[in-house]
Amino acid sequence: MSNKLIDLVHITKKYDDTTVLDDLNLYIRENEFLTLLGPSGCGKTTTLRIMGGFEQPDQGNVIFSGTDITSLAPNKRQLNTVFQKYALFTHMSIAENIAFGLKIKKKSRDYINDKIKYALKLVNLDGYENRTPDSLSGGQQQRIAIARAIVNEPKVLLLDEPLGALDLKLRQDMQYELIRLKNELGITFIYVTHDQEEALTMSDTIVVMNQGYIQQIGTPEDIYNEPQNAFVADFIGDSNIINALMLEDKLVEILGTCFVCVDTGFGRNKPVDVVIRPEDVELTDPASGTITGTVSHLIFKGVHYEMEVMAGGFEWLVHSTRMFPVGTEVGIRVDPFNIQIMHKPESEDEEAVMIDD
Amino acid sequence: MKKACSRIYMFLIFVLLYAPILTLIVLSFNASKTRAKWGGWSVKWYISLFENSAIMDALYNTLIIAVLSATIATLLGLTAALSLNQMRKRRRTLIMGIINIPMLNAEIVTGISLMLVFIALGNFMTNFGYTIQFGFWTVLIGHITFNLPYVVLSIMPKLKQINFSTYEAALDLGASHALAFRKVILPDIMPGVLSGFLLAFTLSLDDFVITHFVKGPGFETLSTKIYTEVRKGIKPEMYALSTLLFISVLVLLLIVNVKPKEKKKQAV
Amino acid sequence: MIKKKKLLSGPYLVWTVAFIVIPLLLIVYYGFTNEAGSLTLENIMNMGTPENMKALWLALLLSLISTVLCLILAYPLAMILSNTKANATGLIVMIFIIPMWMNFLLRTLAWQTLLEKNGVINIALKFLGLPSLNIINTPYAIVLGMVYNFLPFMLLPIYNSLIKIDRNVINAAKDLGANEFQTFCKITFPLSLPGVISGITMVFVPSLTTFVISDLLGGSKILLIGNVIEQKFKQGSNWNTGSGLSLVLMLFILVSMAIMQKYDKDGEGAAF
Repeated sequence: MSNKLIDLVHITKKYDDTTVLDDLNLYIRENEFLTLLGPSGCGKTTTLRIMGGFEQPDQGNVIFSGTDITSLAPNKRQLNTVFQKYALFTHMSIAENIAFGLKIKKKSRDYINDKIKYALKLVNLDGYENRTPDSLSGGQQQRIAIARAIVNEPKVLLLDEPLGALDLKLRQDMQYELIRLKNELGITFIYVTHDQEEALTMSDTIVVMNQGYIQQIGTPEDIYNEPQNAFVADFIGDSNIINALMLEDKLVEILGTCFVCVDTGFGRNKPVDVVIRPEDVELTDPASGTITGTVSHLIFKGVHYEMEVMAGGFEWLVHSTRMFPVGTEVGIRVDPFNIQIMHKPESEDEEAVMIDD
Repeated sequence: MKKACSRIYMFLIFVLLYAPILTLIVLSFNASKTRAKWGGWSVKWYISLFENSAIMDALYNTLIIAVLSATIATLLGLTAALSLNQMRKRRRTLIMGIINIPMLNAEIVTGISLMLVFIALGNFMTNFGYTIQFGFWTVLIGHITFNLPYVVLSIMPKLKQINFSTYEAALDLGASHALAFRKVILPDIMPGVLSGFLLAFTLSLDDFVITHFVKGPGFETLSTKIYTEVRKGIKPEMYALSTLLFISVLVLLLIVNVKPKEKKKQAV
Repeated sequence: MIKKKKLLSGPYLVWTVAFIVIPLLLIVYYGFTNEAGSLTLENIMNMGTPENMKALWLALLLSLISTVLCLILAYPLAMILSNTKANATGLIVMIFIIPMWMNFLLRTLAWQTLLEKNGVINIALKFLGLPSLNIINTPYAIVLGMVYNFLPFMLLPIYNSLIKIDRNVINAAKDLGANEFQTFCKITFPLSLPGVISGITMVFVPSLTTFVISDLLGGSKILLIGNVIEQKFKQGSNWNTGSGLSLVLMLFILVSMAIMQKYDKDGEGAAF
């Protein structure tokens, strides 16, 4: 992909005594759909607000296309924001809302009218010019907020949990809408959310954050299949996170049983965390399993059955299309490629990164 | 820079609001009998104040009217707010509009209209051999009437925030209506009820215009007493009494505001 | 339950009818009849006499000036208060409630002491080398008294409407390129308009109808329409004329209240 558009360098931000962001480094490339993902209070919104200019970092710099914009006022920045809960101007019509930024820039009336038409078409709301924000549904207000931002032709669109207030079905529709919009506009989207499914669906790059630190940066596939630590594994999707011992390269002891894996370079007899996704746990007859156990819970989930299997003193979460009744003796087998080995957190700082739920 | 400007601006407004109050406090220590001359510091007015039965009577009347009118207005306002909250919007707007009249209307008109209704009532009652004395009761009714909108306006927002399913949950769990109200609704609206009461009390204490029209001869509150003294010259004891009232409220508010902080500390 | 609620609504409904609705109807009755009880427009027409017109005109003028001054003084203060991160309730109480515990009449009278020829203000002005201020017993002193007494009534509704504005709406305007001034003109001020309108009514009505402030600071030479009406009731016992004049006065009040109602969508009053 192309070069760096925004570069956040050594950003630190404190409110009173709490550190919200601690020496954060992150760059965003042109034309990228980047998502900041994390639980509430992880610093993702603060990061976005620093880019938008609504917060000043205590330390560090914001570089935009090679220029330092750290202390530049929001109205001078070439990026626009779609706010949480939309922040539409309730005393203005839809057309006036969309025209706001263009009028400030003293564009001609014809230009503004064309832009309003174009933007409303783009968000599938043609003919809504003279409505008021109050008369629109949440999803429609959301589209207007996006239209209001994009008519200014920003290089970057910042979106702060834009779908948070919508219901599930609408949220899913809007996800596709946003991907389409991004492709049509050809600009950079920076998206903040706590919803891992949203992040996996839309992003080119996901930045997982917790407690002011970046936990992992990667493509959705990377983040899901190769989480770098227990926090990421736990936050993205369901997973079995198990204490284990790395005996040697490509051999790990899990719950007293040896499993073959593909990871190397962890050293010998090293304690590690192992992540196995529930859909990667294969249930077989007891004889052909690496480890054996008993099914203790069974729930039908529609696409698959969700089972818990007691094996080796650990409750394994298993997703399978094959059903084993409660009490069945089963064997467990895991493909070596599906065993993800992670370093144990070493310092206390890293320990703090683990979430307890 | 911006911060300094706003600090200075706020300071100037406070000077505007508190300069007269400071003047009165200083005057209360003036040994001279007229406010025009400074006769040195003295506390003699604070002593003679308690021997001045006219002022003490007026103080008694003022306080008793304030307590009673605030209490009754709060109770009445509470029932009004509760039933308004259950009403359809149209009806509610109409009744709110009527209740708000004493707040939005000119005080002089409210005063006059109450005076006229008491006279009319008096005329009507004489047919049955009763008379209506202008005094304590008419002033009390007047004060309750103009306090009512302030109480309702203090309670309504709190009532709107309440999720009434908690009330239903209490009923579902076996509480009676009365118990559910006392345990679930009342604690939530209590801040509004209290601030309504305090506002009503303060407004009643400070009222002159309504009292002026409905009080009748012989019955004086502090305000009406001061008004009759304006021409003859205000007795310095009045300054002393006002200072005492003002300082005691200030101290009371300080105590109330300091206490919650201490509690927080203990909790930590 | 429903029956209980109906019972609850009994007492205050009786109260509002007995002490709010009927009294106002009585003013209408007195205003349109003479002492013999027959219908007449004389009381209303009484407003047309030169001395009453003069009092009404002066009252309108002074109350308009006071309202504008209150708006100019209160708006910046409301903005400062709404921007303080900490809870501003304490400051609001300091501005609004605590002064009320010093009697309203005494507080107003204290301005006489402050404004006197050798009063504190003139001493301070002399010290600064400025010309002395001789406004006592003039309409200027009355305007000062009005601004002093009614400023909190302007401040509170504006403050309440300002804190209701979502910070992100302000941020959105800046995000779209508006500078501080443009944001204020196009977003903050229009959104605070309900509070401003409410504040204007809350100051204009009591200023227009006051008789106490003009009595205390105008040196009983300056008559406002409030003074005229008060005298009709308390000195002359001419209730019919007084009621007639009150009705005319209430026309002005009704107009300003109607304007306020238009902006107050909830019908709850933006004042508190």
